[in-house]
Amino acid sequence: MLTGLLEAFNLILRGDADLAEIVLLSFQVSGLALFFSSLIGVPLGAQMALNHFRGHRLVSLLIYTGMGLPPVVAGLFVYLLLSRSGPLGGMDSGLVPTLFTPAAMIFAQTIIALPLVTGFTMAAVMAVDAELRRQIVALGATSWQMTLTILREARAGVAVAIMAGFGRVIAEVGAVMLVGGNIDHKTRVLTTAIVLETRKGEFDLAIALGLILLSLAFLSNLLMLRLQGTV
Amino acid sequence: MLHVDSLAVARGEILGVVGPSGSGKSTLLRLLNFLELPSSGEIRFEEQLFGADKSIPLAVRRRITTVFQRPALLSRSVYENVRYGLTLRGKDDAELVMAALAQVGLADLAKQSARKLSGGEMQRVALARALVIEPDVLLLDEPTANLDPQNVASIESIAQSVKESAGTTIVLVTHNVFQARRLADRVLLLLDGEVVEVAQTEAFFEDPQDARTGAFVRGEMVY
Repeated sequence: MLTGLLEAFNLILRGDADLAEIVLLSFQVSGLALFFSSLIGVPLGAQMALNHFRGHRLVSLLIYTGMGLPPVVAGLFVYLLLSRSGPLGGMDSGLVPTLFTPAAMIFAQTIIALPLVTGFTMAAVMAVDAELRRQIVALGATSWQMTLTILREARAGVAVAIMAGFGRVIAEVGAVMLVGGNIDHKTRVLTTAIVLETRKGEFDLAIALGLILLSLAFLSNLLMLRLQGTV
Repeated sequence: MLHVDSLAVARGEILGVVGPSGSGKSTLLRLLNFLELPSSGEIRFEEQLFGADKSIPLAVRRRITTVFQRPALLSRSVYENVRYGLTLRGKDDAELVMAALAQVGLADLAKQSARKLSGGEMQRVALARALVIEPDVLLLDEPTANLDPQNVASIESIAQSVKESAGTTIVLVTHNVFQARRLADRVLLLLDGEVVEVAQTEAFFEDPQDARTGAFVRGEMVY
């Protein structure tokens, strides 16, 4: 562990280009996946919490089940979807990601993060005082205004939802390995690099990458908490 | 369940609504604020009729507001809370907000976090928030239920002055029959979802027509 720590410092201090590339790609893939999953998940979670409709229970169950979705299963699903014989793989469209590209990895991680962001947002919005909701409507809010106001009141919980999503995707390896292929200088991220170096017996390097991953996750969460105003 | 054959609230009056818990007082207010629609029958607001099958135009909804028993404030400053109703309407008028705060005696606390105030102060913020949007109808759902006598007097005084200066129609739900007697022009007794009697305040307390009203006023009613 100690040599791994020293190796980590060494890599960072000498500005290792390969490491920088891997870290950058990790953030790009997980960052974009988080962006898309938040774009869909936060409003969806809010609407699930504020409105009741036929099938609401079923959708909630699906969301909660999705929160425990194994990343490798999500990767398998995307792989089958995008493979040449799959329903989307045969399409020649700029909108459909190709296997073994960062776009496919983003797609898979979005699927992984979406239920988490949605589910935790739903819980956060449901926790807002129902009396407050009623008061907001009594003051003349439209449905959209009410949703925005409640989301603002639930912002601490929504931040947790987004952090949970990020924590899940930055640390997952199953999906990105399947749909990305861990190709050097193309689809290699921190988690897949750790798997590779461990298999090669380069334990110091693997430990170093692991510590860097942990540190980045820690710093990201710290930033989020600062933005939330609780730290 | 609330069953009201007919009830009229005159413009500019204070109607006091009294009755035991569970009699339908809060349900009545929710209907008047269009937070719920009647399962049958209609509600007329000025010349417009609204029933279960008709959606309420936003412009109509925004002419009525409620101050609830428990002040539900946003996690913002006092100023931001009072301003909130204006921002919903696309307005922003610092003078109006400060005037409303001054009216409730809280101008000095404008920058304070609203949730850190005392119960009485929070209720006055809720009242200011309702007054700043200049509603035609102000519904007060037991606004002084949990307050000390000083705050009760303060809120009663504000309600009275709002009625006199702005001609705002007020429907006041209260457990406090003395409060109803002090403030209301007319008083209505609800029992088990039914309107037992509605009369001018003096007549309601001095010469009730219904035996149940008499029992209620004398404090003899056992629930």
